[in-house]
Amino acid sequence: MKQDTQDHAQPVELPGVSRRSLLKLAAVGTLGIAAGIGTANRIAHWIHTEPATYQFFSEAEARLLIAICEQIIPRDDTAGATDAGVIFYVDRQLASVFIRHQQTYRLGLESFRKTCLQVYTVSFEQLAFGRQTEALRLIESNKAPKEFWGGRSQSAFFNLVLDHTRQGFYGSPRHGGNRDYLSYRMLGLAYPNLIGQNRYAAGQPV
Amino acid sequence: MVLPKVNVVIVGAGAGGGVVAKELAQAGLSVVLLERGDWPRYDEHNDDELCSQRTPVLGNPFGPDDRRYRRVVVNADGSTHIVLPSDGGYNNNAGCVGGGTASYGAMGWRYMPQDFRMRSTYGEVEDSTLADWPISYADLEPFYEKAEYEFGVSGDYSNNPFCGPRKNRFPMPAFPYNKEARLFAAATTRMGLHPFPIPMLRNSVPYNGRPACIHMRSCVGFACPINAKAGSQNTVLPVALATGNCEVRTGCVAAEIVLDDRGRARGVRYFVAKNQGQEQPADLVVVSASATETARLLLNSKSKLFPNGAGNNNDWVGRNLQGHCYVGADGLVEDEIYEEAGPGACVAICDYSHGNPGLVGGGMLANEFIPLPYLFCNTRPPGEPRWGKAHKDFQRRYYKRAIRIMGPFQEIPNFNARVSVDPAVKDAWGIQVCRLSGSRHPYDLQGGDFLSKKAEVIIKAMGATRVWRNGPSLGLSGGQHQAGTCRMGNDPKTSVTNRYGQVHQIDNLFIADASLHVNNGGFNPALTIMALAYWVSNHIKIGWKGSQFR
Repeated sequence: MKQDTQDHAQPVELPGVSRRSLLKLAAVGTLGIAAGIGTANRIAHWIHTEPATYQFFSEAEARLLIAICEQIIPRDDTAGATDAGVIFYVDRQLASVFIRHQQTYRLGLESFRKTCLQVYTVSFEQLAFGRQTEALRLIESNKAPKEFWGGRSQSAFFNLVLDHTRQGFYGSPRHGGNRDYLSYRMLGLAYPNLIGQNRYAAGQPV
Repeated sequence: MVLPKVNVVIVGAGAGGGVVAKELAQAGLSVVLLERGDWPRYDEHNDDELCSQRTPVLGNPFGPDDRRYRRVVVNADGSTHIVLPSDGGYNNNAGCVGGGTASYGAMGWRYMPQDFRMRSTYGEVEDSTLADWPISYADLEPFYEKAEYEFGVSGDYSNNPFCGPRKNRFPMPAFPYNKEARLFAAATTRMGLHPFPIPMLRNSVPYNGRPACIHMRSCVGFACPINAKAGSQNTVLPVALATGNCEVRTGCVAAEIVLDDRGRARGVRYFVAKNQGQEQPADLVVVSASATETARLLLNSKSKLFPNGAGNNNDWVGRNLQGHCYVGADGLVEDEIYEEAGPGACVAICDYSHGNPGLVGGGMLANEFIPLPYLFCNTRPPGEPRWGKAHKDFQRRYYKRAIRIMGPFQEIPNFNARVSVDPAVKDAWGIQVCRLSGSRHPYDLQGGDFLSKKAEVIIKAMGATRVWRNGPSLGLSGGQHQAGTCRMGNDPKTSVTNRYGQVHQIDNLFIADASLHVNNGGFNPALTIMALAYWVSNHIKIGWKGSQFR
């Protein structure tokens, strides 16, 4: 099964997910599943079903947003926003049910990009982790220079990204994020539901 | 297009409309039940937190949808903004067969005798429309019992000395306590309070052909996959349909109650998706569309005798919108308290529902439903970082070590908290939408503060090391507990219907939902809506036999 995963993983470049992290993920997943559910098959499934390109974001916007989301939920000894595929959640929703937030993202990302260049002289992605945190705290509290924001609220943009990052990290994988229920595993939550759900899903009489 | 006439057309298949359909169909009347949504389906919305009626970030799984519906909210400064059904400001309940009962938490509370006599008990409250109901707890008791037996309530009040008199026990035994509830019961008992199991519209044992609960953690906000949770869609409506006298028409959006020039209701004009409007004539019209939508439908039904909307010649339709002032406290404990078995909420006290020195009313306090992981991101002590490693650390450390005690403080009715119709904004069918304005009565801040402090004391007694309160706010309140917009009363000048839900001056137009509530109790309102619907139905049946409506 593990061999199978690697075979599928090799030729594919996933935006925002390094092959190393993907393999690490696969290993964690395989070890972490007790119920004998085909984790490796599911990983293979993402590889075949996830978009090679974004529906809403440009590659540059996506790189910036991935870095922001990774600050909001960073990887430590458990998976972070990038591993969970939060960017795919946000991208997919912006192209469908979150159409009304498209402008906030388009303008907000551009304003934030320019703000970072002005304040730090390098792009957000190039900043050290601690500096990135500092930059986000500035917009979280509306304290970054205002000149690139055209009167729009920095904190409103940040709060929207914060909320969507949480949704992408903890929501159902069917919306593009929370890859293989990484966040549920982080919390020690069984999936599928050990009580109730599996009895129903198995189609057994109750 | 005008359809063949029936005896009764009902608008809305929720807690109220389901009961009326069943009662009148069983009595031999021909019934058409119009519902804007569809029958709820479990499989489309299974355990998906982002498509839960509780956290509908990707839309309401049990309606209404963001594409065709909208409302207008009036801001404090008088400006307005448009809200969609998945926005909190919309004050949504649901839009499907079963209404809120398809996906609710299913607490099956009776209001207490004092809740029907608030004015007599507490006197006048300044700038409030606080009043007594025109009916008493004793009037409603047989109908509460009927609701408990026909829907099915599990409970045990042997340790609740505050409830009104009951003729019979609950039809099913109570659910057992979970870990959190056992801590709550021990702590409150030590404090001299009276913990008891929350009455639940959910089967603790097989009942009425439906199985016992399988304890999923995702319960509130979701439909039950096995129908252990009782709603109109799996209890009264199947009975109504089995009579052969009731037709449930889904996807039908009511636009107007058609009134003739003599002031009688002739039927309901409605839209079927993408079709032209049609009219369903009937001897009787019953509106049970929720406190916001019932008011909107009446206001949109203008006629010669009622130029400001049906039953609105005294400007009371849409007034006194209220929900509940939900307050409480959170606490963190050292040992894991989480249990995989849902839905979580199972113990309560009514010690603070009435008789609080210096206060008007009160509310019950209970432990909470299991929050799913996204919702839990908002469970944080003041000042706790919202993101970064600290966010993950908190989730990992405390998701299974958090206690929440909450309760609905009974709101004091405010005439200026209201539903009107917006002059300009329309929905997908061209019907003018709800316009929500006003706020809670300032008194609710005081009451909510009191109740949240009591929750804080209890959580500390449960052994929590870190405790913080969730206090009240002044925002407009409606939501899933929305009520009060067509209150019943004896005086037509200060109410919309008489004590039987019959709209003043329109003898064949009835209301059967929480719009009738004069005040909303310190409890979840579902069972009271059901009981009132049995009460209203009973009156209609008596009148029908006397041919009052033909």
